Amino acid sequence: MDAPEEKPTSGLPHGAAMQRNIVRRRRKGTVLRSIFLGSTLIGLVALAVLLFTIINDSFGLVALDYKVDPATLSDRPLEELSRDELVVILQDNISSNAFRTLERTTPMAQRSEGDVLGLVLERVVKQSVAGTWSLTDSLLNRSAIEAQVAAESPAATLKFRSWLSGGFLTTPMSSNALIAGVRTALFGSLWMIGITILFAFPIGTGAAIYLEEYARDNRFNRIIQTNINNLAGVPSIIYGMLGLAVFVRLLEPVTSGRVFGVEGSNGRTILSASLTMMLLILPIIIINAQEAIRAVPLSLRQASYGLGATKWQTIRHHVLPGAMPGILTGTILAVSRAIGETAPLIVVGASTFIVSDPDGPFSKFTALPIQIYNWTSRAQGEFGNIAAAAIMVLLVMLLTLNSIAVLIRNRLSRRAS
Amino acid sequence: MDDKASAGVSMDSRVAGVRRETAETTLNLRKKSRPGENVIQGFLLFCGVLSMFTTIGIVLVLGNESLHFFTNDNVSITEFLTGTQWSPQIGQFGILPLLLATLVTSFIAMLVALPLGLGAAIYLSEYASPRARKILKPVLEVLAGVPTIVYGYFALTFMTPLLQSIFGKDTVNIYNMAAAGLVMGIMILPLVCSMSEDALSAVPRSLREGAYGLGATRLETATKIVVPAGLSGIIAAFVVAISRAVGETMIVAVAAGAGPNFTLNPFASAETMTGHIARISGGDLSYDSIDYNSIFAIGMLLFLLTLVLNMGSRRLVRRFREVYE
Amino acid sequence: MTTQDRYTLNARNMSVFYGSFKAINSVNLDIERNKITALIGPSGCGKSTVLRSFNRMNDLVPSARVEGEVIFHNQNLYAPHVDAVEVRRRIGMVFQKPNPFPKSIYDNIAFGPRISGWKGSKTEMDDLVEHSLRNAALWDDVKDKLKASGLALSGGQQQRLCIARALAVEPEVILMDEPCSALDPISTLKIEELMMELKQRYTIVIVTHNMQQAARASDYTAFFLMNAERAGEIVEYGPTGDLFTNPKDKRTEDYITGRFG
Ligand SMILES: Nc1ncnc2c1ncn2[C@@H]1O[C@H](COP(=O)(O)OP(=O)(O)O)[C@@H](O)[C@H]1O
Ligand SMILES: [Mg+2]
Repeated sequence: MDAPEEKPTSGLPHGAAMQRNIVRRRRKGTVLRSIFLGSTLIGLVALAVLLFTIINDSFGLVALDYKVDPATLSDRPLEELSRDELVVILQDNISSNAFRTLERTTPMAQRSEGDVLGLVLERVVKQSVAGTWSLTDSLLNRSAIEAQVAAESPAATLKFRSWLSGGFLTTPMSSNALIAGVRTALFGSLWMIGITILFAFPIGTGAAIYLEEYARDNRFNRIIQTNINNLAGVPSIIYGMLGLAVFVRLLEPVTSGRVFGVEGSNGRTILSASLTMMLLILPIIIINAQEAIRAVPLSLRQASYGLGATKWQTIRHHVLPGAMPGILTGTILAVSRAIGETAPLIVVGASTFIVSDPDGPFSKFTALPIQIYNWTSRAQGEFGNIAAAAIMVLLVMLLTLNSIAVLIRNRLSRRAS
Repeated sequence: MDDKASAGVSMDSRVAGVRRETAETTLNLRKKSRPGENVIQGFLLFCGVLSMFTTIGIVLVLGNESLHFFTNDNVSITEFLTGTQWSPQIGQFGILPLLLATLVTSFIAMLVALPLGLGAAIYLSEYASPRARKILKPVLEVLAGVPTIVYGYFALTFMTPLLQSIFGKDTVNIYNMAAAGLVMGIMILPLVCSMSEDALSAVPRSLREGAYGLGATRLETATKIVVPAGLSGIIAAFVVAISRAVGETMIVAVAAGAGPNFTLNPFASAETMTGHIARISGGDLSYDSIDYNSIFAIGMLLFLLTLVLNMGSRRLVRRFREVYE
Repeated sequence: MTTQDRYTLNARNMSVFYGSFKAINSVNLDIERNKITALIGPSGCGKSTVLRSFNRMNDLVPSARVEGEVIFHNQNLYAPHVDAVEVRRRIGMVFQKPNPFPKSIYDNIAFGPRISGWKGSKTEMDDLVEHSLRNAALWDDVKDKLKASGLALSGGQQQRLCIARALAVEPEVILMDEPCSALDPISTLKIEELMMELKQRYTIVIVTHNMQQAARASDYTAFFLMNAERAGEIVEYGPTGDLFTNPKDKRTEDYITGRFG
């Protein structure tokens, strides 16, 4: 071995130069650290602004204009009247023909108070919106808004309104933003999700069990696995097109319910939407369930086999119970994805306007995100407000689901430790 | 299993029973057929294979309808791929305006998502204390869980007015690609961040120690050692992000505009491929019309684009894992 | 001769904590210049911890805390104004498992000088790379493939690359934490020979659990054991020859003769 050589003339800084060098590098480090932190914070700020925008639009002042002043109809505010008093007002102020038509669709005696109030406002008072303001505007610039309303539409009254309200949840869709609600859409979403879970959970779990417990490592099974990973990245609108061609058109006799004796609908039903959503979330469920099954220790399986259990008995009694919290969590996450999905439903053919609650898998349907989409794309003041309110409803649903997922996960980790 | 009450009492008699049985019958170790097990296994196999049918279904449906589209007299593949006008009313089916709008919105989204996502990933994996990471990560994940229609609303009611107040109402159309792209970038940021962070945290500790041991600062270690070492994983994240942007529908459907427009101006309104599919299929669409077939041709292109991107990304991730496992 | 002429590093009452756990209890250790000092002892007794405290690598463990002093050039390394980055440039480190960067052999060597503000030309850098590789006895193995990845080398070559990498920033001290434990006997021998060469210009502190290696290659040996609270302490420290042939402490004798529990 050669003896260590003399150093070459060194290009490395020494002494004071080294000090300066380090100061400079430290400064650069601090600057970039702030940039990295900033990137992280921008994400958080965006989330905050997003939520703020939605809350800000869900409440605020609204200027209401009337054809007929409610004060001339009754000496008390309309909201305080009983149903029968409202029916009288309605009967007195619209043509008897129109009244009879209403009576024929649903007898007055069967209608709710809110329903009749809506009719009075719509048919008699002929309420319209002269302007709406966001929450912050309403709180900070109230006097300016009052002045503006007084100047532009002197007849209008200014009221503070919570667009998100109990009534909003329980009234069906309407073309009048003031009395429109998300009831129909909410039921549509719930029906659709329920049926989606019914199919997706067993099939997804089954596929995961197959891949983890039965599939040998051969070409065929590797292709299945790769394929599932690929499917997870296919844009959701493509699933919509698949659903349109297969479930809505090809399988129309089944999805419209004709083979089950249900008449009068085409393939654009809750069932078609659910099956489409099932295909969309299956890859997510499978991948999560596989992970959960893989996490069950091998020793547990060996212990079971050692006692003479068959393969399925081992899975049924040892693997599945151990993996279930993980599988459930994954399913819930997949379902929250499905609840918010809009594009495939548009393609499959969600109805844009229905007022009757869906009553089964073969109903025409709409869903919460579709409702939001319709209202958002109208882009006029009050429709923006009810879109925001509907978004609040959607987000609360998602929050609830995710909290359940977190609870399950925590229980799992508590049991494990 | 027996319950506790009977366990103690019956111990002796059961042992005796086992003995008697082996004494009286010859032990049968032959394979038994278990029909129940077979049925279950069949069902599980079906579940596993269903995903194959999904893919086959997608390919068949898109392929079949596209075939109808291209065999139509008014359409040729070359015109489809090179035409700069998409107006079905007059029989013009050039995909380029839709494709260009998709590329412009995706590009804007990437301008937001890639640097911010990587920056956040570096912060979380190299700088943040475990406690800070435990708080920041889930909050970022919330962003990823917000439905895209909500982002669409956000783009239209927040981002567009913001852009208009900065650049002027005359410059910025109510429906414009910039607002859609920027909000899409925010939506995709958490995806880039979490995939990149995975790649960075997979870089072994020993490499960081090696760098610190030579007198590297934290920044130098992060940018000169850790990021290059995790590069294929980071690029994989970028590629998936592009695929997500290309396939995203609701933000562009709400905020980018309805109507094809062959332009590079980010403040102009233009319809993307996904936006067009959504608008046409949301209308009253009669089966087997050329409109109906045309959206499947667009869908085919979209499917192929995202498939290539996703497969490329997973190949990169695999290569990355091979280096460090 | 003043202490700092004779010694490079002096640990004074150095204790190290991980959170509330005291891993090292009041160690006093003077490391002589241009000598090889070996730290031996059973696993878990804190040898690595002591070594990492000598160039502030423990700063990277959030829970770690050092009490007492480590004197280097008449300064306490743990004084508030001391910059850990400069410390690590002066006191380099070679790790248990070879950890070349996933870069070319050339870039592995050039990394340290570059980040430290290298001002020289391209040819000077070439010279530095060659010089460092020669000093790590790796030049003949790799001179034709400097652009190849450092990961493509064998384990022993990788470890010598890591040594070369450490030499390139011109440190005074090289800390080695069981540098041969992942290597085969032939590579081990090469590294030991290399250490003998290097000590002419560098001070070397090496952790090893291989008694033969300590006896063969080192000039001084410090023997560590855990006390009743599981904190590492020095049991005996002295010239290697004395310690191995004539240990003063019964526990040292038990350990080096393999009678240790
Ligand atoms: N990063 C750390 N965090 C907490 N405890 C540690 C850490 N590193 C080492 N220890 C503890 O310090 C003690 C000494 O460890 P170490 O210095 O690695 O011993 P040795 O190198 O002699 O085997 C051990 O009890 C070990 O568990
Ligand atoms: Mg050690």
